Amino acid sequence: MEFARHLPYMQPRAGSGSLILIVALGLVGVVAPWIAPQDPLATNVAVALKPPSSIHWFGTDAVGRDVFSRVLIATRLDLSIAATAVALAFIVGAAAGTISGYFGGWIDAAIGRLTDTIMAFPLFVLAMGIVAAAGNTVANIVYATAIINIPTYIRVARAEVLVRRDAPFIQAARLVGNGPPRVLAFHLFPNVLPPLVVQASLNMSYAILNAAGLSFIGLGVRPPTPEWGIMVADGAAFIISGEWWVWLFPGLVLTGAVLAFNIAGDGLRDFFDPQKR
Amino acid sequence: MARLIARRFVGALAVVASVIVVTFFLTRALPADPAVYFAGIGGTKEAIAAMRVKLGLDRGLLTQFFVYVRALAEGDLGHSLTTGHPVLDDLARRLPASMELTITALALAAIVGLPAGIAAAIRPNSWLDHLIRLVATFGVAIPTFFMGLMLLHVFYFVLGWAPPPLGRLGSFAVPPPHVTGFYLIDSLLSGDLSTFFAAIAQLALPALTLALFAVAPLARATRAAMIEVLGSDFVRTARAIPLSRAKTLFIYALGNAMLPVLTTIGMVFSFLLGANVLVEKVFGWPGVGSYAIDALIAADYAPVQGFVLLIAILYILLNLFIDIAVIIADPRAAGV
Repeated sequence: MEFARHLPYMQPRAGSGSLILIVALGLVGVVAPWIAPQDPLATNVAVALKPPSSIHWFGTDAVGRDVFSRVLIATRLDLSIAATAVALAFIVGAAAGTISGYFGGWIDAAIGRLTDTIMAFPLFVLAMGIVAAAGNTVANIVYATAIINIPTYIRVARAEVLVRRDAPFIQAARLVGNGPPRVLAFHLFPNVLPPLVVQASLNMSYAILNAAGLSFIGLGVRPPTPEWGIMVADGAAFIISGEWWVWLFPGLVLTGAVLAFNIAGDGLRDFFDPQKR
Repeated sequence: MARLIARRFVGALAVVASVIVVTFFLTRALPADPAVYFAGIGGTKEAIAAMRVKLGLDRGLLTQFFVYVRALAEGDLGHSLTTGHPVLDDLARRLPASMELTITALALAAIVGLPAGIAAAIRPNSWLDHLIRLVATFGVAIPTFFMGLMLLHVFYFVLGWAPPPLGRLGSFAVPPPHVTGFYLIDSLLSGDLSTFFAAIAQLALPALTLALFAVAPLARATRAAMIEVLGSDFVRTARAIPLSRAKTLFIYALGNAMLPVLTTIGMVFSFLLGANVLVEKVFGWPGVGSYAIDALIAADYAPVQGFVLLIAILYILLNLFIDIAVIIADPRAAGV
């Protein structure tokens, strides 16, 4: 990744701040099992629904589980669902978009039709439909989130390829005898990569939101597995009686993660394309 | 212009066709074997085989598709196992609740977002401009269901201003006589002000939740479009003549800036239709979204498919409507 070299110089400060937050979240995701103060699944009815204290920083939920530990442990699951979905969408979308833009003709028309069809649905609703159809599992949450994100990558990759398809450096590459696969992979694709990476960062936030939304309505991740969306949904039952800590903390961390990826994406975009700023 | 509009119609029809193909595959994909599912728990081998014939699963994919399309054409979306009603009836009864919520939210967002965007464009880098950027950044990052809970906690639990999140009217009120299905309109039509205010009280927080989510993209799009138009030659000319500031801004500049804003409204509506589902769940709102969620949790799939199809078609219709509005407003911009 060529662009990584420039990351330390990335301004404005909000961009670097968000990167620090992303790295921190990633670290928490990795080491959570060792730093979580309590067992996230251990119930203890004696301390159920206790407000935040020095023992339970984020309080306890309806069955006395430690909310802080659960929020920490959930980081890994939430981030890996989003990251896997984005990676899948990136790979499929970038390949399809590059091919679509390079070859044109019926391939382009077919891929374009597919993109239009996906975009014809409000995306969260389509994700619900896919999970309902394919089965209520975490894997299907990942696939559904990937599918609804694919069109974005197709469009970006296709547009970037169209601009460069007949550029002199591509013609030169063809002239010296490179076949289409080689031209695509080694000459076109590296140039298409930066806008795709920007898209991926912005997409991470959307993927996190989408996955959390799906589990909020009861799809995918099953209780008692800690996951931010489910934890907020669990806490929603206590909105009437006012035990705010059960839903507030997972919601805040979720928002923080979304915000971090959004700001990082904006920062990356400004970096790659200062004119759009 | 008529030809352009006709072309948009055909385009929308093509999209509806591909949406139907997608929902067909979603229907077939789920559950693993529909025949076993519809034959019920403890269905014998014979019952399953009979169900397979009845559902047309023994025939080719293409035949099945035509069977599916014919059922759709007759308005047959299957039966809900949980409510026992035809899915189409359930959806029709609950759609007004969702639409009232979505449209109120969109209207709220537009009333705040458009003027804010215009003001920010007139004075870039003012405090208002920065405020909008801040709201925009947070508005898209805070999950709608979390926003809903925060508003509920503050306005219901702490301040006690809002009623409990129990649907459209609270538990004891009687809905107004059905005319449009929108309680705000129906209660006014029947002259029942107490129901009107009860409906507003229930609607306020969910609509605000959705509006907070929608206001940012609207304000940003308005700002960007206005800034571009304000820098154009015709605005410079209008200023040089000089036309009055109000006329330049609101007649010439705003009129031309409205087109991209219109397309953004379409995009925002799509987000709202998705976010609606979550907000309906938080506020116990009896719309199509909560209907689909309840069905989904009960592994009752026909309502979910009906819901997905309905929402997709609504969205396509809205986009068609916006496309036509754009063509009428400015045939050049529509890309003749």
